[in-house]
Amino acid sequence: MSREEMRELQGKRLHKLVDLVYHNTPFYRNKLQEMDITPDDIQTIDDIVKLPFTTKQDLRDNYPYGLQAASLQEIVRVHASSGTTGNPTVVGYTRRDLEIWKEATARCLAAYGVSRDDVFSVGYGYGLFTGGLGLHYGVEHLGATVIPTSTGNTEKHLHLLRDLKVTGLACTPSYALYLAEAMDKYGLTKEDLHLKIGAFGAEPWTENMRKEIEDKLGLQAYNIYGLSEISGPGVSYECSCKCGSHICEDHFYPEIIDPETGRVLPYGETGELVFTTLTKTGMPLLRYRTKDLTSLIADPCACGRTNVRMTRIIGRSDDMLIIRGINVFPSQVESVILEMKEFEPQYMLIVDRQGNLDTLEVQVELRKELYSDEMGTLLGLKKKLADRLKSVLSISANVKLMEPNSIPRSEGKSKHVIDYRKLK
Amino acid sequence: MTIKQISVFLENKSGRINDVTKALAKAGINMHAFSMAETTDFGILRLIVSDVERAIVVLREANFSVVQTDVICISCPNVAGSLSVILEHLADKNIFIEYMYAFAQGDQANVVIRPTDLQRCLEVLQENKCNVLTNRTL
Ligand SMILES: [Zn+2]
Repeated sequence: MSREEMRELQGKRLHKLVDLVYHNTPFYRNKLQEMDITPDDIQTIDDIVKLPFTTKQDLRDNYPYGLQAASLQEIVRVHASSGTTGNPTVVGYTRRDLEIWKEATARCLAAYGVSRDDVFSVGYGYGLFTGGLGLHYGVEHLGATVIPTSTGNTEKHLHLLRDLKVTGLACTPSYALYLAEAMDKYGLTKEDLHLKIGAFGAEPWTENMRKEIEDKLGLQAYNIYGLSEISGPGVSYECSCKCGSHICEDHFYPEIIDPETGRVLPYGETGELVFTTLTKTGMPLLRYRTKDLTSLIADPCACGRTNVRMTRIIGRSDDMLIIRGINVFPSQVESVILEMKEFEPQYMLIVDRQGNLDTLEVQVELRKELYSDEMGTLLGLKKKLADRLKSVLSISANVKLMEPNSIPRSEGKSKHVIDYRKLK
Repeated sequence: MTIKQISVFLENKSGRINDVTKALAKAGINMHAFSMAETTDFGILRLIVSDVERAIVVLREANFSVVQTDVICISCPNVAGSLSVILEHLADKNIFIEYMYAFAQGDQANVVIRPTDLQRCLEVLQENKCNVLTNRTL
């Protein structure tokens, strides 16, 4: 399908979607009426910018069924994700939603090269979480054999992989690594297994993790992306090129926005990923803000697919800082530091304000194996990091070299920032 | 003919040199000489010690960033002008010195030199009959 044909299809589906929520979801009808928009105002996909955003808070505020467009008679399944605070997010699916979801997931599996000959173990949790059942029905829909292993018993899982000659594995990338490490303990090597293909997702992972998983399990590891609010796993998938995840954009329309202003950003720019569920009928969402930070690629892929790709998720928009009017994400700093072997994988951003000007200091630790004792070389290293940060962040940062172990260790990205502007 | 020097990276905060000397003293390691190079926000402490390998282990355990470097140590009479004679020999042969520091012991002065080209520097010093020290003769 060409880009033009895709956009035409998306435009038609968007019009139908707005018509559906306008007449069936009071939450959206109120919002659209406030904005003086009727379904007739939405004719092409470009009209999407007229529509309001939806946030996770909207789902919580309308707990449990407030954003449902279908009656409970039409809803045949409910999934829910628990938040750390407040109400869980509840998503109802109509029979048609489930059909589309499993078709999308099967599409992902087909792109990985899965066929009816494969035996797939689904090591995601089965239950309220969408991972287990999502992959389960996708594998079945494709006609491969599914083994609903779920999470938990690692030894049993490994024996099933070996004895049932399992060729495909779906789970979180960290669980895949855990399985690989456990193989040693149970006297198994990758030669004892028959794994060829892995579908990993539900958490961010790195290229290094991919290499390690492929190496230890003897398979090709592919990303699968999804979120329960939109449907579940199957929103996007990597092809054999492993260069970004193709989005099922005939069902899930992606946009990248500036998290601060809501302005839509062009292809290639990093911002918050937003999805509109073009074909859902149970709980369709307009411009749902995922808080995931990524960018979109519209260029045709080497695999021949023309659908848009999203790059690796680099962080959450909650972590965003605005420094001198520029959006800065701690994960951008992290990626630069991880590439430079002279530093420990630790950093701290100190944001302050002097007069009317924001200042950014990036603290990094030298490794215990100091690599040079020459002043000029260390100053050069400092400058090299400052230059790289400038090119990635678009603002200059003052680099401070620190002794090993001098930056406090803690979990979570937010602990990598001290913003004195908020304290003043 | 070279000797081993250790260099320690230090943030400019008070008491850090003291932390280094305390860690070495606790391990029974002797300091023969040291010098400090500084910028506004960090410094490099360079040390000649009695037990180089142990000093590196001890300091890294104490969370210091440490590197070992080969340097040349020469001994010359502790009289005016003797060092400048040596430096002129090196300058004549275009030997570039990255840094140097000296410490006097009675009627002798020891000079630590870090040239960009260790081998060439040693050759020039030996051609001119300078007294080059080793870790053993130090
Ligand atoms: Zn592709």
